[in-house]
Amino acid sequence: MEPDGLKPIRRSGRNTSRGLGLVPTLYYHYRRFRKHLAILLAVIGPGIIVMVADNDAGGITTYMVTGAQYRYSFIWIAILLWPVAYVCQEMTVRLGAITKRGFAEAIFDAFGTFWGWFSLADLTITDLLTIVTEFVGMTVALSIFGVPPWITVIIVIAFIMAILLNGRYWTWEKIVLALCAVNLVYVPAVFFVHPDLGAILHTGLIPGFPYGFTSPVLFLIMANVGTTIAPWMIFFQQSSVVDKGLKEKHIPYARLDTAIGAVFTVAVAIVLIIIASYFFGGTGVNVPDAGTAARLIHDVNPFLGSLLVIGLFDAGLLGAIAVSLASTWSVGEVFGWAHSLNDRMGQARWFNLFRLTIMVIAGLVVLIPRAPLGLITLFVQVIAVTLLPATLVFLILLLNQEELVGKYRNSRFQNATSGVIVGTILVLSTLFGIGTLFPHLFGG
Amino acid sequence: MTSIFGKLVARVREINHRYREPKVKLTKWTRAILLTLRLYLFFLVGILVYAFILHVR
Repeated sequence: MEPDGLKPIRRSGRNTSRGLGLVPTLYYHYRRFRKHLAILLAVIGPGIIVMVADNDAGGITTYMVTGAQYRYSFIWIAILLWPVAYVCQEMTVRLGAITKRGFAEAIFDAFGTFWGWFSLADLTITDLLTIVTEFVGMTVALSIFGVPPWITVIIVIAFIMAILLNGRYWTWEKIVLALCAVNLVYVPAVFFVHPDLGAILHTGLIPGFPYGFTSPVLFLIMANVGTTIAPWMIFFQQSSVVDKGLKEKHIPYARLDTAIGAVFTVAVAIVLIIIASYFFGGTGVNVPDAGTAARLIHDVNPFLGSLLVIGLFDAGLLGAIAVSLASTWSVGEVFGWAHSLNDRMGQARWFNLFRLTIMVIAGLVVLIPRAPLGLITLFVQVIAVTLLPATLVFLILLLNQEELVGKYRNSRFQNATSGVIVGTILVLSTLFGIGTLFPHLFGG
Repeated sequence: MTSIFGKLVARVREINHRYREPKVKLTKWTRAILLTLRLYLFFLVGILVYAFILHVR
């Protein structure tokens, strides 16, 4: 059943306000605007969720470290990553809305079982390890408030499963969008640190390398790019578009949804760089991760520190929700299980059992004393790199199949743009993966 | 348990059968890209194994 907000605007093919007076014309445009706004509000969701969830616990660590080590110098990179994120995710919108199938199923169908199984297995392993890092972020954040890790793990798993109980995609989406709004808690936090706008404009927005183009700088740039686009995002947004029931006529609105989400991602990244720069820039304090940064800021300024702790917990929660769904949707599609969020728990029991299993394993790993969490973080980065090239290249190849996507196939300009972006991401992510395995290559 | 495992194996076989033939239009470019991707993947896996061996030593 199609929700009311997704009913199409009836097009008459002519401007019906022509020949009317000023007031009726204004009223006509007002009504038109209201209809478009209503559809946009109904369509909004997958793009914002995927983009905000991209600023997960790992992403926040990357931005904090960037600000702490290089102050405002790399704000321009965060801004440049806006079109990168948008171009990659916009393609999933078209593919999902036209083919009505998830990305995993599309890979199996188009490229055969070798690439299908490889993508599915790599995605599941990467997602499982990524959820471990999300749990690490959440447990560290709440431990600052004195909450023991095991309580955090139980509450988080119970919450993530409970928001599916209703058996309606729309309910789930509204709850997750509310969590996305909480993620913007960082934005007001920036006003408490009274950033030097002149310095931000002068050193942050003008591309350059005031600290030199050294190996550690290159490594940090690669980390920023790597955290902006990840394989799970492609799988998640396409499945989300399909599950929500978006159609061809909703593509313009879904594109806007994705663009707005990308703006949120970049805004949060910039704010975190500014906050980290204010507290740690030039102090020589070692900030290895976001949890340490939040703890240190909490000691100096409890109010601001509390905002950061809430933001870090929320980021981990959003990441765990989205990343776990990316692989569960994909496995469900390929195995033919009932895999819609509109299905009740009992109907989609394999889908829910698989998701619960992933969450429980990830939660247990975090609770194991002296678990090799550093090694797990390293593996997440490396394994994600093995999947990213195939994912992005398949996306472009599929968007060039006219028989598959019809008039929504990539234009020459789109191919050129996405080709350059994907090529750059591939080079940087490969170097990042190699640099993670052999740190001495980048002065680590 | 055996029954669940058996069903899973049967489902995997069914999936392999269903997606046996790639449906993408295999132009020269597509073939070249897929071959490059395979080589790139083997290169990455090779590096991963090499790093693992170094780590174990």
